[in-house]
Amino acid sequence: MEGFWFVLTSVFLISGAFLIFTGAVGVLRFPDFYTRMHASSLTDTMGSGLILTGCLLLADHEWLVMAKLVMIFLFLLLTGPTANHALVKAALHSGLKPKLGAEPS
Amino acid sequence: MISATIVAVLVSMLLALVRAFMGPSFYDRVLAVNMFGTKTVLLIALLGFLSGRPDFLDIALIYALINFISVIAILRYFEYSNRKSSIQET
Repeated sequence: MEGFWFVLTSVFLISGAFLIFTGAVGVLRFPDFYTRMHASSLTDTMGSGLILTGCLLLADHEWLVMAKLVMIFLFLLLTGPTANHALVKAALHSGLKPKLGAEPS
Repeated sequence: MISATIVAVLVSMLLALVRAFMGPSFYDRVLAVNMFGTKTVLLIALLGFLSGRPDFLDIALIYALINFISVIAILRYFEYSNRKSSIQET
């Protein structure tokens, strides 16, 4: 691949990989369920979006592969936040209290 | 470059597994499993690109579908079962 396209795909892929790694570290180290949910759901959608656009550039001009990648990305874009929203709603309904600041309990 | 991304996805799947084992509440585990599922989608897509076989993307799409359905199914079941027990507590 020409220099410019190679740099562009590697920028997309490496930034997507970095986002996904920070998301995983965030899920591991955050104190409370709701902050972990925040870390995982944001980086899930954005990280996979960046990686899939990187793959989009890799599949140079094969329209079927690019269409499939766009479909996967749109699907993840729609279902990721929905699943995480349902997860938080279920956690909230079952009485999982968020760990708030130093409240005078 | 693809292999570097694959290594990052694998490491984040490992961290998600650690959170799944350590997670105090049930919902941490569901969160970790959901995150693991979406990372598997990416892993399959990237492996398809690494091995030069475009038909892996269908598998990745199906996996994303199933992952979403299973998370919603788990939540739907556990949300209502807890509510019955929490009603008895209060």
